[in-house]
Amino acid sequence: MNHLLGTRELSREQAVELLDIAEDMAAVQEREVKKLPTLRGKTVVNLFFEDSTRTRISFEAAAKRLSADVINFSAKGSSVSKGESLKDTAQTLQAMGADGVVIRHPASGAPLTLATSGWIDAGVVNAGDGTHEHPTQALLDAFTMRRRLHGAASRGRGLDGARVLIVGDVLHSRVARSNAWLLPALGAEVELVAPPTLLPVDTRRWPVTTSYDLDEALGRRPDVVMMLRIQAERMHGAFFPNSREYARTWGLDDARFDALPDTTMVMHPGPMNRGLEIAARAADSPQSTVREQVANGVSVRMAALYLLLSGERGAAA
Amino acid sequence: MARAVLTQADIQRALTRISHEILESNRGGSDLVILGIPTRGVILARRIAETIARIEPDAAPVPVGSIDVTMYRDDLSRTRTRTPQPTEVPAGGIDGRTVVLVDDVLYSGRTIRAAFDALSDLGRARAVRLAVLVDRGHREFPIRADFVGKNLPSSHDERINVRLVETDGDEGVAIETADGEGEAR
Repeated sequence: MNHLLGTRELSREQAVELLDIAEDMAAVQEREVKKLPTLRGKTVVNLFFEDSTRTRISFEAAAKRLSADVINFSAKGSSVSKGESLKDTAQTLQAMGADGVVIRHPASGAPLTLATSGWIDAGVVNAGDGTHEHPTQALLDAFTMRRRLHGAASRGRGLDGARVLIVGDVLHSRVARSNAWLLPALGAEVELVAPPTLLPVDTRRWPVTTSYDLDEALGRRPDVVMMLRIQAERMHGAFFPNSREYARTWGLDDARFDALPDTTMVMHPGPMNRGLEIAARAADSPQSTVREQVANGVSVRMAALYLLLSGERGAAA
Repeated sequence: MARAVLTQADIQRALTRISHEILESNRGGSDLVILGIPTRGVILARRIAETIARIEPDAAPVPVGSIDVTMYRDDLSRTRTRTPQPTEVPAGGIDGRTVVLVDDVLYSGRTIRAAFDALSDLGRARAVRLAVLVDRGHREFPIRADFVGKNLPSSHDERINVRLVETDGDEGVAIETADGEGEAR
């Protein structure tokens, strides 16, 4: 693997390999010495054109636990706010000898541009681009589900037969898109449920089903309920009347949560809007995987960085 | 062209002798931990632990596990990306114990050097010993095995092919002469 730009182009074999390596990385996180010397001497740049403390520190922890040097570059207060182009920024990083670039950008496709432009030789990891993809989030979601389903026997397996319900703002969610490609590739069945205004116009080419009624969808007893964040910063249109109505119709409130069997996993990519898309009781219950998702994020990102940066550059496709 | 060097029975005899030697040098099986290096070292480690249990049926079983060295190799940026294998350290860890590392072929010694780094991240062993099925020479580090199944002087362009029932379906050690690649395993 030279770059990790999305989950759409990942095969089942590649995804399972990455999740298996993440299992090894997770085992390292349980040791007293949580560090591996694997990427000693490599430099990873976190290039963040959008605020995201959680994803950035997760990547930072992952790179540091593999002994890479980490440079954090955030667009705010940098040369970018003075008008520097992506090309010039990239060439600066190239000149500094970056081996890997983790990029988050508000424009869909920016990581692809960076990876294919020839501006840099570094391996590119997409840490979220516009409303396109956020592959490491989907991989950590899959890893979390696989561990809850199969426990210690997870290695080598997919998510065959698991039924996953993704609820909420699919339209603006790169997490939903990455999951919509990855989870079916691993054998899961994915259903998206959202108000019609928050579903993309055309999802016919996605390997998923869609519906518009949360209570009906929950009645079909999915194994996993993944609540998406209402992204207030992207709500520039009249997508729903107000947040109270959204919570009543589309939120995982106490009544809906109590009606679920206690084997149903409740997932959320964070940060949560408690009381809006998810009630506190659901978020803090043993069924909630929210904290595991954060811990697993480091393991999965270590696996991605290992696959991208350890081999001879350009040797494998 | 392949030349058979060890048969299944030869391998079994060598492992039995190594098991006796380990017990002799350790004065019994107490405080021993046997760690195999994936893939075939793990199988050999398990067989040695089973043999020790047969030799000393009254003693507590010797803990056995695996130690993957992929993340500690010094050639990671020179070859294509390697897929790591699981590391399984027995409960009780390695602190204060005598660790016997087990691998199938000892060649340059670079795998064992990496294993030392991996071990020191797991804890502080009282002593570390090395058992190998085949020592083919050509060391690049000052490393020597304590327990050797068979010394097999070889040339760089030969290949030592170790096959075990668990991974390969049949069993035996053969020397294959050059057809391009010269690396063991």
